[in-house]
Amino acid sequence: MIPKKSEQHDSVVHFPNKKITYNPVKILKSRKKKSGYENLTGYLFISPFLIGLMCLTLYPVLYSLYLSFTEYDLLGTPTWTGLDNYQRMFTNDAMFWTSMKTTFFYAGVAVPIRLVFALLVALALNKITEMVGLYRTMLYLPSVVGGSIAISIMWRQLFGNDGAFNSILDTLGLPTHSWLGDPGTAIWTLIVLYGWQFGSSMLIFLAGLRNIPKTYYEASSVDGARPIQQFFKITLPLLTPVILFNTVMQVINGFMAFTPSFIVTNGGPMNSTVLFVLYMYRRAFEFFEMGYGSAMAWVMLVIIALLTAFIFKSSDKWVHYEGEQK
Amino acid sequence: MILFTLLMLYPLAWLVGSSLKESSTVFVEAHKIIPDAFHFENYIEGWKGFGGITFTTFFTNSLVIVIISTIGSVLSSTLIAYGFARINFVGKKLWFVCMMLTMMLPYEMVMIPQYIMFNGFGWIDTYLPLILPTFFGAPFFIFLIIQFIRTIPTELDQAAKIDGCGTFGIFFRIICPLVVPAMMTAAIFSFYWRWDDFMGPLLYLTTPEKYPVSLALKLFSDPNSVTNWGAMFAMSTISLIPVFIIFFIFQRYIVDGISTSGLKS
Repeated sequence: MIPKKSEQHDSVVHFPNKKITYNPVKILKSRKKKSGYENLTGYLFISPFLIGLMCLTLYPVLYSLYLSFTEYDLLGTPTWTGLDNYQRMFTNDAMFWTSMKTTFFYAGVAVPIRLVFALLVALALNKITEMVGLYRTMLYLPSVVGGSIAISIMWRQLFGNDGAFNSILDTLGLPTHSWLGDPGTAIWTLIVLYGWQFGSSMLIFLAGLRNIPKTYYEASSVDGARPIQQFFKITLPLLTPVILFNTVMQVINGFMAFTPSFIVTNGGPMNSTVLFVLYMYRRAFEFFEMGYGSAMAWVMLVIIALLTAFIFKSSDKWVHYEGEQK
Repeated sequence: MILFTLLMLYPLAWLVGSSLKESSTVFVEAHKIIPDAFHFENYIEGWKGFGGITFTTFFTNSLVIVIISTIGSVLSSTLIAYGFARINFVGKKLWFVCMMLTMMLPYEMVMIPQYIMFNGFGWIDTYLPLILPTFFGAPFFIFLIIQFIRTIPTELDQAAKIDGCGTFGIFFRIICPLVVPAMMTAAIFSFYWRWDDFMGPLLYLTTPEKYPVSLALKLFSDPNSVTNWGAMFAMSTISLIPVFIIFFIFQRYIVDGISTSGLKS
């Protein structure tokens, strides 16, 4: 799903700048060719999507923009307050900045860890010849169950004061630590939980590795390339489209994390694990500040859009599409 | 590699092991996986749930939500995917781009306005906010099924057309039976996401009788009130069983689905 320039020239779609260039003359021409019946059936088939888009996405997003300029506690009607919410957020809400910093730290550390881990394991699995299927299945298992509440609860106990992790350290004669009770380490338990679920990224990398023609490696061995050189000159460049896709999806995913900070640490200790979505949830659904929550959602959307745009923009420099002349 | 895999699976084994330990000994030798004695009664104890509501209720609730919303999202997504993949209509590209953008839009963006909307309809504490939106297609599944339909030769459609089949006939008689594997993949993922869904029930459900397993488990495991650790781990284990079963039966579809489409967990 790496967005490429559309093969047809009447419409060029640049992701994610949302820039759509249409050639009106060609559209008019093609419009003549398409029969009214085809248009009608087409719209009939996609009508559930259109209704959903209007009612469940477009309207809510616009309504959220409106709400972000108001004060609204679900009772009565929203009161217009202009930029107050944004002003308060940026100048008068230390918790907002804390949650922002925590989220950037969490996503900035956890996403690269997961991706590097996924790539290394995929490389190892690609070399193995025996029981690949079994390993693949077993290593994917944490991802399958990872999103569930049961795993978050388990993680809380695993790293608890008398949890398994401390028990192992104790048995090995190492000092134990209050992992979830120390503001310095609590966020790391969440990062480890995120990294543990590397399975789906691993599968995508594995599929990408299988697509690299063997002849490339054979030819380079003849030329005397060593495995490390092969990795940096062949494997990595050819995997870049997959890396791009994984990075974008994981960054969005990481910024939107909620369940781990809600269940494992509940934001504590000393607010060291209040991720952005958790703070937004609290503002909106515990303090019933719908306007403020909406303003937070918009700030988040802008950040994610900018990050995604930045990743795609920079991808011109590092993503290599096969058959493309450099 | 074996060691690494075992290390990765340790937490899961620990969860299952702890569910069989006697509550008072769960944390005495926490690192042990295999308990000294197997306490299956944890499962019976845990199943009794809390506040007089057993896990039978929670499981039934979860199944109702999951099954209806999975059927809804798979059927509507297939319909929409066919429209995008095979019919040429004006504005198709524009709507397709809209769909791809919705796919990247996080749920958290529409969480607050949707809540206000459904609250206005009086849908709080019903399953409607959890189920109804799935009937308008899920962008991810639409995309997955479009990719699959594109691999079906158009000659089939044309042959059916010559035989007098209309667009709807082609969809029901030719395409539907052929996209079953893609629908299966979508159904499995829908099952996972719905089963694990926590935010939705947390926002919309207020009566414990209506809770699905995920929310019940959260309440059951409240760190301030849990005393019966064995039972808590037992119910956590049970909540994962449907996921495991589906995974081991259908893992081929899942792995293929992820590998070909680049699906995230």
